[in-house]
Amino acid sequence: MAVAARARAATTPPPELLARLRGILAQVADPEIPVLSVLDLGVIRHFLLGPDGKLEVGISPTYSGCPANAVIKTDVLRALCAAGFDAVAVDVLAPAWSSDWLSEEGRRKLEAYGIAPPGAPSDARPACPRCGSASTSRTSEFGSTPCKALYRCDACLEPFDYFKCI
Amino acid sequence: MTPHARYVLRLADSNLVLAQRLGEWAGHAPALEEDLGLANVSLDLLGQARILLAHAGQLEGRGRGEDELAYLREESEYYNLTLVEQPNGDFGDTIMRQFLFDAWQLGLYEALLGSSDATLAAVAAKGRGEAAYHLRYSGGWVERLGDGTAESHARVAASLARLWPYTQELFVDDDVERAASEAGIGVLPSALEGAFAARTGETLARATLARPAKTAFQWYGKQGRHSEHLGYLLAEMQSLHRAHPGATW
Repeated sequence: MAVAARARAATTPPPELLARLRGILAQVADPEIPVLSVLDLGVIRHFLLGPDGKLEVGISPTYSGCPANAVIKTDVLRALCAAGFDAVAVDVLAPAWSSDWLSEEGRRKLEAYGIAPPGAPSDARPACPRCGSASTSRTSEFGSTPCKALYRCDACLEPFDYFKCI
Repeated sequence: MTPHARYVLRLADSNLVLAQRLGEWAGHAPALEEDLGLANVSLDLLGQARILLAHAGQLEGRGRGEDELAYLREESEYYNLTLVEQPNGDFGDTIMRQFLFDAWQLGLYEALLGSSDATLAAVAAKGRGEAAYHLRYSGGWVERLGDGTAESHARVAASLARLWPYTQELFVDDDVERAASEAGIGVLPSALEGAFAARTGETLARATLARPAKTAFQWYGKQGRHSEHLGYLLAEMQSLHRAHPGATW
C-alpha cells in the first residue's frame, strides 16, 4: 500500500539522472560473485523520485534463501548515499526474479570468470567455461552459494561452478 | 485471526519448521555435497517463510512481525503440517520427508500462482522454481537409495512406511482452507492430491518402492495439535530469543 501511494506521488527520474544512477550502480558488485554488478544481476527494478527529493530504488531478491540479498540492499544504499542521494530501498517481489534476468553482459562476465552461465534447460549439461567442452557432469546440485551448482568437465577434468537456472 | 491470516501462517510455519529441521544437519550430513544441499534447501524455505510470516503479521494487524511470530509463539500456536516436525532420523528418513514435502509444495505453488493475494502469488512464482529444484534433489536420492543396495532399499522403504501416514493431513480440507479457497486466496488441499500422487508415483516406481496404502491415521498439526516432537524443536529454536529478548546480530 505504502509503495503504491508513493508511486503516485513519485516520478521516474529524467534520462540524464537515470544514466547517472545506473553508472553508480554499475560499480556496486554482487557480494558473492564480484565480477557481476547489481545491474548485471537484474535485481534493480525501478527508480522513483519523490516530490521531497527522496529516491526510491526497487530491488528484487534473487534466490529466496540467499543471504546476499540483505548485503546487496545495504551496498546499493551506501553507494547512492555516498553520491549524495537520499535513498530508500523497497523489496519488489512480483514479478519474481529469475536467472533469465541476468544481462547478456553478465553472462559473458560469468563465463570469463569461470562460472557457466544459466540458460540451458535445467537438466541439460552446461558447457565447460574453461575449455568449452560440452561433455560435463554434475557433481552436486548445490554449491558454495545458493545460486550455484557444481560440475566437472569430462574433457579437461576441471571442476567448475554453474549458475543455477531458476 | 482471520482465515486469510491463518492460511498464510500455516504455509509459513511448515516452511519455518522444516528449515529448522534441515538446519540440524549442518556439519553432520554424510558428505559435503549433501551438507550443502540440505543447508541450501533450508535457506530457500526460510527465505520464503520470512516473507510469509511478515505477511501473516500484517494481515493479523496486531503489530507482530516475523520475529515475534517465529520466536514468541507456543507449540499449540504453530500451524505447520505434522510431517515437517518429524525428527531427521537417518539421511534416508530426512530425504524421504523432503521428497514428500517437495512433491506437495510444488503442486501447491503451481496452484497459488493465481492467488488473489499478491504476496502469496509472488512467493509461489519464485517458490515454484525452487520447489522443482528441491524435488529433483530429494527425488534423485529417493531413487538412488530405493534402487541401490539391499540395505539402502530396506531402510528407505522403512522411512516411507513410517512417514507416509503423515501425508494424509496434506490433502484433508478444513474450514480455514475452505474459506481461503472460496475467497480466491488459497487452494483446497484435496485438489492437490492428484498431482502429488502422479509425481511421487513416478519416482517411487523408479526407486522400486511400493506406495503404501492409505490409512485412517490422521494428524492435525495445521490446526495446532502436534506430535510430541515440535515442542523440543521450538525450545531449541526459540531459546536465544527468549533468554535475550530482542537480540539482534
